[in-house]
Amino acid sequence: MSASRVMAKSRLKRPTIGDWVIVVIMILLIAICLLPVMTVVATSFSSAHYLIRREITFWPRGFHIAAYQDVIGDSRFMWSLAWTGILTGIVIVANLIMTILCAYPLTYDSLKGRKILTVLIIFTMYFNAGLVPTFMLFRRLGLLNNPMVLIIPGMISVFNMIIMRNFFFGIPDSLKESAEIDGAGPLTCLVKIYLPLSTPVLATIGLFVAVGRWNGFMDALFFLPGNARFHPIQLLLYNILNNITAVDVQDPGAAQAPGWGETVQAAAIVIAMVPILCVYPWVQKYFVQGATLGAVKG
Amino acid sequence: MVKTKDRPRTRISNWKSYWIRHWALYAMLILPIAFFFIFSYMPMVNILIAFKRNNIIAPIMEVPWVGLDNFRWAFENVQFFQAVRNTLMFSALDLIVGFPAPIILALLLNEVKFKKFKKVTQTISYMPFFLSWVIVGGLSIRLLGPSGSVNNILMNWFGLEAPFPFITSGYHWVGTNVLFAVWRGLGWNTIIYLAAITGVNTELYEAADMDGATRLRKMWHVTLPGIRPVIVILFILTIGQIMGADMARYLAMENLLVRDFSLVLPIFVFRWGIQGMQYHRAAAVGLMASIINLAFLFGANMLARKLGGRGLF
Repeated sequence: MSASRVMAKSRLKRPTIGDWVIVVIMILLIAICLLPVMTVVATSFSSAHYLIRREITFWPRGFHIAAYQDVIGDSRFMWSLAWTGILTGIVIVANLIMTILCAYPLTYDSLKGRKILTVLIIFTMYFNAGLVPTFMLFRRLGLLNNPMVLIIPGMISVFNMIIMRNFFFGIPDSLKESAEIDGAGPLTCLVKIYLPLSTPVLATIGLFVAVGRWNGFMDALFFLPGNARFHPIQLLLYNILNNITAVDVQDPGAAQAPGWGETVQAAAIVIAMVPILCVYPWVQKYFVQGATLGAVKG
Repeated sequence: MVKTKDRPRTRISNWKSYWIRHWALYAMLILPIAFFFIFSYMPMVNILIAFKRNNIIAPIMEVPWVGLDNFRWAFENVQFFQAVRNTLMFSALDLIVGFPAPIILALLLNEVKFKKFKKVTQTISYMPFFLSWVIVGGLSIRLLGPSGSVNNILMNWFGLEAPFPFITSGYHWVGTNVLFAVWRGLGWNTIIYLAAITGVNTELYEAADMDGATRLRKMWHVTLPGIRPVIVILFILTIGQIMGADMARYLAMENLLVRDFSLVLPIFVFRWGIQGMQYHRAAAVGLMASIINLAFLFGANMLARKLGGRGLF
């Protein structure tokens, strides 16, 4: 062991040509990750004049913030941002509660019916009824064009449930057993022992759910087409980018100018992108945890 | 358990003590069970519409049967074949390009000696995964569209006469779409492989060092075999999606000029079913896709087990 450490150290000290080749590849990778984002940021800050003249690459030309003023001035866009934020909050809470309620009982070996329930639940991960049968059900349940459709049908993700269950499995049984001797029931064990020890997995799943909700638009496209007030930001952005709807511009004269629409679209993309880009570097640790926890066999 | 020991063991008292200890767990499960029953199992009854007339107003049981007419309709529909072709094309490209890419990147990342630099690279490489498909679609237009940055460079600096149709002609759009899918998932998908690589026995590397193995040889003969089980599992999961592509990716990245190529099976179901209100026919197509997916999932799993791997289940 110590010999290998010495060897590793000596290798660390003198990087070889191979090491530098890899570094160059990684720098290329970083550039490839960032360039598409830079190009849209550049467009959003550029004047339409340069867009038409094909002079925008990865840096703003003719810097201005008028496109952002238009997007921020569009009350529909700002409401959609706020609504998506509220919605994300609700969905996090609802999902965590339901996932805990599902995962925790399934960790009891002594629970009768546990096996069959687990199989029935995991089966739904591999086979679902499909879009049309689901649509028919939602119609019957009154969920069509009802904002609840963005919350209720997604309340448990089987994948997240398995992650949580596996995490609970990792908590030593002895803790629970000693509490049971003191007369604690399952609920007390959950609240007093399991949940306090589970903050990492709760954070992980909460964040998975949050990102999924913030980035989701298809459920709204399928099931909420007639209720534009509750469209999440990504669906509004989808409609803007596909010219189904447009951002209200403050200066109709400028809006006529060729290229202006594209500049405003770019600004809308950036504004929808910023919240998640600000959050993800700080919480990525939890995502990495989740991705590896989920790898454990279901 | 401790208390029951000195009591007479009758069936009733066992049952009672079981119930006393477990009722709370069943109470907790009421809502989740209701959830799965309503949202996963109840819609399965509606699959029957695939064998019935188009009627979603009447209760499904009262709608008259039409046998396999809806399936027959699909096989007489040109768009259906287009959708099957596109779906298989994207699945094949994803498997060839998208599947090995994160494995290669994970192997390379594992070789980065500078800890800080490695961390920064990883963080940046995860970034695209956090962007929604709608945003990725927007990025693809700004980067590769007719007035996008790449075309500006090609035309201004390299003298190209007309914009290169990265996203405006069918096959080019297919390539762009696949590459953006790789772009979005590449860094993220390395996580699982990197985790697996840390589990590879370090003594194997030391032994390889003794034998004078080069870095590439160690990657090929030690690291890759070490993470093989993980590769197999992810391969099975990918194969299990062969007919059911991630629809958001095609919806968000398509444009009117490439509709013939962005039409994958889930989009076919959406266009004909939800938008076109041909629920019975769309459901038939959706059902076929689900069954093929399931068949491929089990097939790949069986193959993996036969080849001596652990499989998924």
